[in-house]
Amino acid sequence: MLDILVSGLLLSGTYALVAMGLNLQYGVARIMNLANGEVLVLGALAAFWLYTTAQISPILTVILVIPVAFIGNWLIYRFLLTPLVRRSKSQGALEVDSILATFGMSFIFIGIMVSIEGGFFFYKYLSEPISILGSTTSLNRLVAFLLAVLIAAALYIWLHYTRPGVAVRAVSVSTEASGLVGINVPRTSALAFALGGTITAVGGALISTFITLDASIGVVFTLKALIIVIMGGVGEIRGAIVAAIILGLVETGVATLVDPGLTLAAAYFIFVIILLFRPQGLFGRRAV
Amino acid sequence: MYRRSFFGLAAALAVAGTSLFAQDMIKIGAIAPKTGPLAGGAVVTQWPNVRLWVEEVNARGGLDVGGKMKMLELIEYDDKTNPGEHIKLAQRLATQDKVDFIVAPYGTGFNIATAPIYGKFGYPMIAVSAITDKMEELTTRYPNLFFTLGTTTAFVDGVKEILIEQRDAGAIGNEVAMVNVADAFGIELADRARELFGEAGFDIVYDKSYPLGTPDLSPVMKGAKDSGAKAFIAWSYPPDSFGLAEQAIIEDLDVNLYYSAVATSFPAFKGAYGNKINNVLGAGGTDVDNPAIAAYRKAHMDITGEVADYWASANTYASLQILEQAIVGAATLDRDVVTQYIKDNSFDTVMGELSFTNNFSNTFWSVGQWQDGVFRGVKGSNVEGAVPVRAKSGWSE
Repeated sequence: MLDILVSGLLLSGTYALVAMGLNLQYGVARIMNLANGEVLVLGALAAFWLYTTAQISPILTVILVIPVAFIGNWLIYRFLLTPLVRRSKSQGALEVDSILATFGMSFIFIGIMVSIEGGFFFYKYLSEPISILGSTTSLNRLVAFLLAVLIAAALYIWLHYTRPGVAVRAVSVSTEASGLVGINVPRTSALAFALGGTITAVGGALISTFITLDASIGVVFTLKALIIVIMGGVGEIRGAIVAAIILGLVETGVATLVDPGLTLAAAYFIFVIILLFRPQGLFGRRAV
Repeated sequence: MYRRSFFGLAAALAVAGTSLFAQDMIKIGAIAPKTGPLAGGAVVTQWPNVRLWVEEVNARGGLDVGGKMKMLELIEYDDKTNPGEHIKLAQRLATQDKVDFIVAPYGTGFNIATAPIYGKFGYPMIAVSAITDKMEELTTRYPNLFFTLGTTTAFVDGVKEILIEQRDAGAIGNEVAMVNVADAFGIELADRARELFGEAGFDIVYDKSYPLGTPDLSPVMKGAKDSGAKAFIAWSYPPDSFGLAEQAIIEDLDVNLYYSAVATSFPAFKGAYGNKINNVLGAGGTDVDNPAIAAYRKAHMDITGEVADYWASANTYASLQILEQAIVGAATLDRDVVTQYIKDNSFDTVMGELSFTNNFSNTFWSVGQWQDGVFRGVKGSNVEGAVPVRAKSGWSE
């Protein structure tokens, strides 16, 4: 039982890393970013590449990734997505456009990554056993989990107790209304998109220490992130975290008690149940 | 005006150039994943060997086809690990690029899915990365299709023999923990293993499957550990072969026999885990002390810059040698004649003397083991150089 709790919580940390970024991008900037998984894998590739060529610790890579990913995502938003935002008449139109645009972008990312490393990103870092409450796990998972907690806490505090954070939340509630009260909506959206991309890339660098990734695996993470974001409620960071915890615990519980073959089925079952009873997600606001 | 005439001239030259070359070239088409789930395996086993072969043949001045030396021209496409995409590209290779020969696809499913289209165009298709028990049925239907890497039963049999030997030696008991990846490959092997292990008196005390791409295999490994079995068998694919080994190390899985299937033979497997994976068993194997294999591995390293894997790399290269020798032997680019030549003759390859009975080459390694940094063949069919199996003890460096 304790095994399930420990493994499940650690897996939740992974899922939270996967989903928090998309939540910001979709919830605030209203960009349904289908290249989310590829950005994650780019972070992983950076960690792998720096570790295998220059022996740079993935933890250090995380710090290096932050400015690069932030600027990169900001540029993407500014030059690729802003024209879509300007021309779209409704949120629905923007969603469709951004899905198509980011879907195309994901292929460009894959192409770039394949040209750098076509095989598996294969390295091991902190792959040491560690015992938590009598349950063995690996140090790299624990490190990723702790950093996920840190990122989530920092994000929560920033969103709730700082001016730019409140502006971000205001934009997520209503772009029109926040524009009326003097919030610079385009800039706030760009900030949220860039921040979301940064969290995703950092997550990728951390996840690559314990999951073997390759250039084309991004879509798997995009799908997981999508489930978590929709389960938790769009634009709600608490929702994403709670949904990640539920998913992590359920998958581990089912794998241990029932059958590992049913983890995916269990995850989608929970997803369907939540959609049936709370279509707006666990913490989502009902559309008005 | 000047510019236009310049382009016109360049275009004319280009056209003249290709048509001039076309007569002296043999066009080889190769379609395999560069992206998608199977890309990680294909870039280790398939692509480097195709390039190595083309480069080596061209460095020798090409192939002698009826007294005329012809260079190879390689046309590569990425099928994105999508059979539909592969079939479209195959059509393109045959009708637009008009390639003379093709390299068989990567992956069991892909070889089966594309057999009809390559058969329709009459390409001899020497499949390597394809393991199935349905060979007879397939080769009867597609007489251009050849198999070289063994059958599902042969792979399970190899593992069964080792289980029996280790039981007789007292290293393991009757209990076996077995897991498999929940896709066609893993399911077919696990089904066969349940039958064959059962007949041999083994009791599969932990028998679970997990979905492809499972992010956390720790529940699987904890379950296997709790079963107390001294033998662990995983019919696994590349990402999860690594994941399982990682969890086995973390959990300090206490077994005397550990087997994981595909990708255990990849050099990267040892690259990541060092000597912790000493005495781990896996699908494949090779005899690195064999001079032909050693020379091949050195050329692979020198030309592609990558270490060849310890299994299907050599078979992949051998399949291209067969094609090469058949073209030279048949002294024609006529595909039907070359196909018949493959059926009727034996070939001198890095895997030794290979020939086909009912389109099936019965020379292959089925099980190998990491022994002091080298993955050596321990079980196989018609191969020499097998070394005795060692028991696994612990996961320390």
